[in-house]
Amino acid sequence: GGLAKRIIPCLDVKDGRTVKGVNFVDLRDAGDPVELAWNYSNQGADELVFLDITATVERRKTMVELVKAVARQINIPFTIGGGINEIADADALLNAGADKISINSAAVRNPALIDELAKAFGVQFVVIAVDTRVINHKNIVHLNGGRLPTEKETLNWILEAESRGAGEILLTSMDHDGTKNGFDTTFLKQVNNSVNVPVIASGGAGSVQHFVDVFEQSNVDAALAASVFHYGEILIPDLKSILKQNNIEVREI
Amino acid sequence: MIGIIRYGAGNIFSLTAALERLGIPYGMINKEDDFDLYDRYIIPGVGHAGAAMHKLENTGLVPKIKSLTKPTLGICVGMQLLTSYSEEGDADLLKIFPIKTMRFANSTEYKVPHTGWNQVYPERENPLFENIPNGSHFYFVHSYFIEFDNTFTLSSAIYNNKFSASIWRDNFYGVQFHPEKSGAYGETLLKNFSKL
Repeated sequence: GGLAKRIIPCLDVKDGRTVKGVNFVDLRDAGDPVELAWNYSNQGADELVFLDITATVERRKTMVELVKAVARQINIPFTIGGGINEIADADALLNAGADKISINSAAVRNPALIDELAKAFGVQFVVIAVDTRVINHKNIVHLNGGRLPTEKETLNWILEAESRGAGEILLTSMDHDGTKNGFDTTFLKQVNNSVNVPVIASGGAGSVQHFVDVFEQSNVDAALAASVFHYGEILIPDLKSILKQNNIEVREI
Repeated sequence: MIGIIRYGAGNIFSLTAALERLGIPYGMINKEDDFDLYDRYIIPGVGHAGAAMHKLENTGLVPKIKSLTKPTLGICVGMQLLTSYSEEGDADLLKIFPIKTMRFANSTEYKVPHTGWNQVYPERENPLFENIPNGSHFYFVHSYFIEFDNTFTLSSAIYNNKFSASIWRDNFYGVQFHPEKSGAYGETLLKNFSKL
């Protein structure tokens, strides 16, 4: 055996509270990101992503408090994304216990930020999140949650990000996101075969079979989803047991 | 009580949080006299091995570290520092283990950094891995690895090639993975270390 494929629940956080509905049983407080994180960790999640959508001037402070609270109680790695624009943001999160940070629009607007972050903290700390949408048969990088197209072709941007020091790529297909019709395995395969760093697939998970498909067809390193986990439509132990039945290596706890 | 050697390479928040969850007492070592306060030591470390070695040398603690006789655990780059040499920064290291730290080859099949949960298999018997089943997954994130060695590899992992997931010589131990991020088995390993 070797390296397991990772299953990553993504939590949206605003002002230190999770914002997407969650209907687990036995939760005292469904808005508490630490309690949710603990639940996912107990179910066998391999890693967590917290996407902070706080828009206040206090955001760095609330992110740091969240990261510390998670690091104190959770014994699996986690990534924090949202609103990281400069080295000082990243430094504060690293010192609070974050394993990785995820950068999206800030990197598109200022690609040299990737070089700076990789030099300061190592490539293993720097995840580049890319939102892609197809326009005229081409995958184009989008900002603002997929609303704002850029001039950049997605694969070119990913290769540039890798050469600048991205240690991992989190690729979200906005055309698939929210559809529950499955991941964009074709494009994910193309990206995964083009880079030397790990790729996390995101966007479109609706069933266990979609996870089997994305690992079998694109061979990505990890798959991320939000609502199918939050609403209990897919339970991580069931998902892992079916992946295993399909000869996909997973971590058992 | 565990003394964590502070030399400015990487954050230790997650490590101290794990020790607190486990009820394992710890303190910080900043100077040579501090070593006497503890009965075992951890050398943490993330980032660049050459840069980390440079920082460690600047503390003046290198001769003391090499002379330690109490249980000492290097984690990640802290483990790599125990070896003789790293390709990262072409750096001479502590030479407690006469083996080398090398870079993974670039490949679209075996991604670098090696990131995620990899199975670990014991190569020798040691209480550090007590109550941890063979083939348990531990969390790794690294671009450089310590070569496999018949004498010093305590447990191995396979990622393209077989490499040292952990090493052991006398009172010195190193783990390439992050026990503080490796779920229940990682916590078991930290507990085991606290009792060596």
